[in-house]
Amino acid sequence: MTSPHPPLLSPGYKSTVLRAPQQAPILLPGSLGELTGPVLGEGPVASGDADLTLDGKGGEAQGQRIIVHGVVSDAAGRPVRDQLVEVWQANAAGRYLHKWDRHDAPLDPHFTGVGRALTDDEGRYRFVTVKPGAYPWGNHPNAWRPAHIHFSLFGRAFTQRLVTQMYFPDDPLFAFDPIYHSVPEFARDRLVAGFDLGATVDSWALGFRFDIVLSGDSATPWETK
Amino acid sequence: MTTPSQTVGPYLSIGLSWDEGPFVVPADAPGAVWLRGEIRDGNGDLVPDALVETWQADPDGRFHTPGFRGFGRCGTDDEGKWAIRTRKPGPVDGQAPHIAVSVFARGLLDRVITRVYFADEAPANAADTVLESVPEARRHTLLAAPDGDGYRFDIRLQGDDETVFFTF
Repeated sequence: MTSPHPPLLSPGYKSTVLRAPQQAPILLPGSLGELTGPVLGEGPVASGDADLTLDGKGGEAQGQRIIVHGVVSDAAGRPVRDQLVEVWQANAAGRYLHKWDRHDAPLDPHFTGVGRALTDDEGRYRFVTVKPGAYPWGNHPNAWRPAHIHFSLFGRAFTQRLVTQMYFPDDPLFAFDPIYHSVPEFARDRLVAGFDLGATVDSWALGFRFDIVLSGDSATPWETK
Repeated sequence: MTTPSQTVGPYLSIGLSWDEGPFVVPADAPGAVWLRGEIRDGNGDLVPDALVETWQADPDGRFHTPGFRGFGRCGTDDEGKWAIRTRKPGPVDGQAPHIAVSVFARGLLDRVITRVYFADEAPANAADTVLESVPEARRHTLLAAPDGDGYRFDIRLQGDDETVFFTF
């Protein structure tokens, strides 16, 4: 199957021009080092890490409260259990809590934008957060990133490691975003969460579903990518 | 279908910083060494918004040994430098001792994958089939050189002396 991943050199996204390797990668044979991977488990996850809206000091983030949930599975459709899911995002105004973010939009004293969770026995995860804002990023004139949440996943093998971004349905900025467009057209909808009325909590928060499929499985990651 | 990769972006440290990340082993672990390096782009400029992750066997060549996490993570600092404290791995599956490395950065739409081999393991390196599959003129980019309290492994994403990267 054609790879769903973006080519490293995608000149519309200017930062790739000097950072994408120019030499073709060399094929690694399968060996134990690649078929295994870190088991981080509960170590890095504290209670409350899956709710980004509460700052733990009685404060609550500004913005539209949302629930983002889904299932992490491998290419064989098996759930990826007990695995660390890390997320980070801009606040509702489109500002990151980062020293390099100079966007003229307010920081939120009650929002750090970082979350962690473990998948359960069926590979499910669930975060409560606020919908991130779009923000300008200087890649080209009037460039704005569509609202997104960054996701980091490990899987069970070194080969399965994935960092990606989750987008929201029907964003008009998709048409102008070279990072979204770096993904082959047939695979782009895999990055877009679906509105989920079933996960929406009446009078409290909108639900979105974002299922994630990691390449291969821990038995034969080479053959099923 | 597999979920596509996207870049970590410039603000990766918000989500991926982890205080314990660089310390695969405690400072007083027997054989603890620092693996240090810097990352440069195609212009030779330092990359201050990258992240290095490592995965490796223990000194006996085993994975998932109780008490040995095997996993390291360190973002680059404002000078493009990273450092991970670990133990040198043993040989695995007849391969020379090595550490698997993922590099993430703004401008990398997917991670790039490489391996750290050790310059002071010449006989094992000479017999390693993965190193053998790499053109001889580029093999040195995979060798960490002994340096002070550990080893030095610089990564060049692009250009002259571009690091050898792998795919599965």
